[in-house]
Amino acid sequence: MIDNKLKRSNWHIWFFLIAIVLFTYGSAAITQFNVVEGMITLPDALLWMLSNLFVTGESLAKLPIILAALFETIFTSIAATVFGAIIALFLGLFGSSKTMINKPLMLFSRFVASLSRNIPVVVWALVLLLSFGQNSVTGFLALFVGSTGFLTRAFIESIDEAGDKSIEGLQATGATYFQIVFKGVLPQCLPQVISWILFMVETNIRNATLIGILTGTGIGYVFDIYYKMLNYNVISLITLCIVVAVIVIDVCSNHVRKVIL
Amino acid sequence: MVQAMENNPPRKRHIPLRKYSRADIYIRVMLLIFTLSTIFAFFIFNYKGFELKTAIVDTLSNIKIMILEPGLSHFSWGEAFYQIGITVGLAFLSTIIGAVIALGLALMAATNLSNEWLSKIVRMVMAFIRAVPTVLWVLIFAISAGLGSEAAVLGMLLHSVAYLVKAFSEAFEEMDSGIIEALRASGANWWHIIIHAVIPTTFTYLLSWVFLRFEINFGVAVAMGAAAGAGGIGFELFMASSFYFDLREAGMITYFILIIAILLEITSTQLKKRFFPAKA
Repeated sequence: MIDNKLKRSNWHIWFFLIAIVLFTYGSAAITQFNVVEGMITLPDALLWMLSNLFVTGESLAKLPIILAALFETIFTSIAATVFGAIIALFLGLFGSSKTMINKPLMLFSRFVASLSRNIPVVVWALVLLLSFGQNSVTGFLALFVGSTGFLTRAFIESIDEAGDKSIEGLQATGATYFQIVFKGVLPQCLPQVISWILFMVETNIRNATLIGILTGTGIGYVFDIYYKMLNYNVISLITLCIVVAVIVIDVCSNHVRKVIL
Repeated sequence: MVQAMENNPPRKRHIPLRKYSRADIYIRVMLLIFTLSTIFAFFIFNYKGFELKTAIVDTLSNIKIMILEPGLSHFSWGEAFYQIGITVGLAFLSTIIGAVIALGLALMAATNLSNEWLSKIVRMVMAFIRAVPTVLWVLIFAISAGLGSEAAVLGMLLHSVAYLVKAFSEAFEEMDSGIIEALRASGANWWHIIIHAVIPTTFTYLLSWVFLRFEINFGVAVAMGAAAGAGGIGFELFMASSFYFDLREAGMITYFILIIAILLEITSTQLKKRFFPAKA
């Protein structure tokens, strides 16, 4: 019997591997990607980076502009995440099966979250760009919509995990819905909520760079300008600034997470 | 004891209802920082050419057109499916190649399977790669490898590798140390341990992480098409909305992207439910 089972799982694995190989071939064909050539380019590209991407004294003069743009990007991401988190908290409360008010509202909030999460941020940015124009608000709104969707899914999971016991206990004492939510559920998931917000801030800073390129704001725009001017020293300085910012935020949020969770 | 009681006669003392732990203080401080940064952000925003009222009205009417009147005008349905195929292909290639590379690196990064120094070095390099936004990687590769699928796949590949190494090495570290110890005691070498214990016990975890990354990479591939000229449906979207200002076409493309993204999300949730029944 064990033999049979082993054979069956073997067959599954082979089927799976062949499917993956076929898919890989198909993808390579449709995208005209040459696996061998691609693999050869990688070391070449890395070598090119090492020899061309370095910071010179000349590019350091651009530091004030870069830092100002980076500042704008970081604060845009934080603001978008915070606004997204506030809306997501409500959607999460309505959407979780434990704290829902009624079924239609639950389905509605899950639908809204799924829509805003599954339409990529790029689409939001491009659509908003048409009427909001080239300014920070466009990037802020695009990030806000994406964050709301993602955070709602995360918050629903956190609220679901919060445990029935405290809710049941509060219900038994005759607490109202608002008392249960504000005194029982929210304090319990607050550490997780903050941890998710920190994660989202970090993700949003990276996404903001992409959106900046499309909407012409923040650090992405500055990168795009110098990229098109083929000024590699400045773009390596910009990349370095982003890396430092992301890593500092990552280290801080890991520290906070360790304490609160 | 009695004396002590006499020295300190019972008096009315305030009983603290709440004791602030370090975690409570951190949470309060974080909430304060979030609030202040958000308020600050609105002061430093650049509001060039921004008019709230017309912008909102315009956006709503644009979205209405996109939702209600989608249609293709600059390319055919066949072409649309071909472009979607390119985007999915880019995502698939970078995920699968990334997974293979990440598997090797994760073995080096897991503290229970590798030595301390190697693991630290791999982790630091991966943290660096992760900190650079994907679009910058793609654009940087495009300088040296030329615009096209190579730059896009390589750029997305690097990020996928960094992400998967973190996930994989955590999965390896959570493994039961008894299994490894037992194999070591029986004289198995490193390769035996990896092939017969580590990979089989963590395989389903790894698989669902890879799929999750595929889901993420699809979104990234769309973005790379729009921002870094990687081709595919993302590029068509960029052309439709920023070049032709054709909202009907942008709406149709959004529908395509949405359908695929939702299909991927459902599949990945199902995989999660099947493989991590405890967590789902």
